[in-house]
Amino acid sequence: MSAPFYKLGAFGDEANLIVAFFIGIGFGFFLERAGFGSAKKLVSQFYLNDLAVFKVMFTAIVTAMLGVTYLSWVGFLDLSLVYLVPTYWIPQVVGGLVLGVGFVVGGYCPGTSVAATATGRLDGLVFVLGFAAGTLGFALAFPLVAGLYTAGDLGTKTLPQVLGIPYGALVFGVVLMAVGGFVGATWLEKKMAPKAAPATATE
Amino acid sequence: MASVTHDVVPEAAAERAPAAQPYTNPYLAGIGLGLVLLAAFVLVGRGLGASGAFNSSIAWLVSLVAPGYARSNAFLAGYLEGGTHPLKAWLVFEVAGAFVGALLSGLLAGRVALAVEKGPRVSVAARLVLAFVGGSLMAVGAALARGCTSGQALTGGSLLNLGSWVFMMCVFGGAYAVAFFVRRQWR
Repeated sequence: MSAPFYKLGAFGDEANLIVAFFIGIGFGFFLERAGFGSAKKLVSQFYLNDLAVFKVMFTAIVTAMLGVTYLSWVGFLDLSLVYLVPTYWIPQVVGGLVLGVGFVVGGYCPGTSVAATATGRLDGLVFVLGFAAGTLGFALAFPLVAGLYTAGDLGTKTLPQVLGIPYGALVFGVVLMAVGGFVGATWLEKKMAPKAAPATATE
Repeated sequence: MASVTHDVVPEAAAERAPAAQPYTNPYLAGIGLGLVLLAAFVLVGRGLGASGAFNSSIAWLVSLVAPGYARSNAFLAGYLEGGTHPLKAWLVFEVAGAFVGALLSGLLAGRVALAVEKGPRVSVAARLVLAFVGGSLMAVGAALARGCTSGQALTGGSLLNLGSWVFMMCVFGGAYAVAFFVRRQWR
């Protein structure tokens, strides 16, 4: 095993922050390339006329998932050293629903609002300020929501463990699901396109 | 930089900045994003994120104003641990990089323009209020879920993390459930 490099001591904390900055550059670059600095592009996902959010997200998930699976299979990457957010299913269900509402109301998510701000979108900057205010509000109200925050603690759990399906089989299943989703998404975009076309032409 | 446009439609990007190029094919952009995420796993042993940078920043700001309170608040204290400055956090540097990377991509494609993204039937003021409200709601959601679309959906999704997949389904569920009611903002 030679990776993850930082966790195995290949470089220190200071260098790790420089690595973070460069990884961030790649992150922001591809978000903007995909059009995710634009709220209108992002929310089109929820009006079904442009499903790029789903396509980009699941292509990225599949790419990273296959990479991680392969690199751990050949003994290069120790997957047990890669950080997993523990599952607290109750706040994650509630948080997911609230975040979804915030997405279609605000037009961005945290990462994409940074890309929007960087490319001059004022609504992106205002979203960032709203996000900061919401974070402060959550922190101040934390004693009230601490019970919800720690409810449904299942520890660190992966889908293969919970479903009792071998890791490789589930990876294959996710790939199939993604490819099926891409075909369905493209079909849906074509179906929704005739309605959208006259609307943009008359603007 | 173009002037403020009140109605930015991606398809009509050419109107505000003649040099604006079309967006990259979603599958190619997705592969690029996936490789960046994979690089984070291999180099550092963690994935991408965004909301955590806000948590660190707010924890730092509160600690400037009320240091004792910040350390007593269980949520903020987690971001103030260790002897280092709260802003010397991995996600703070990663998000700073994301700003630079997005600006770089936008400049290369002629897509940097002072603008407000909205549909034709809503005022700029209303759109900005909704952006603020949406951002605040999302902050609460991300804090509860211990991550956002980057840290949970993208990162945890590719690691087949149980909570991340539950979260991701709920994000889409929540957004589709209310999309109809805020459609005037966008279309």
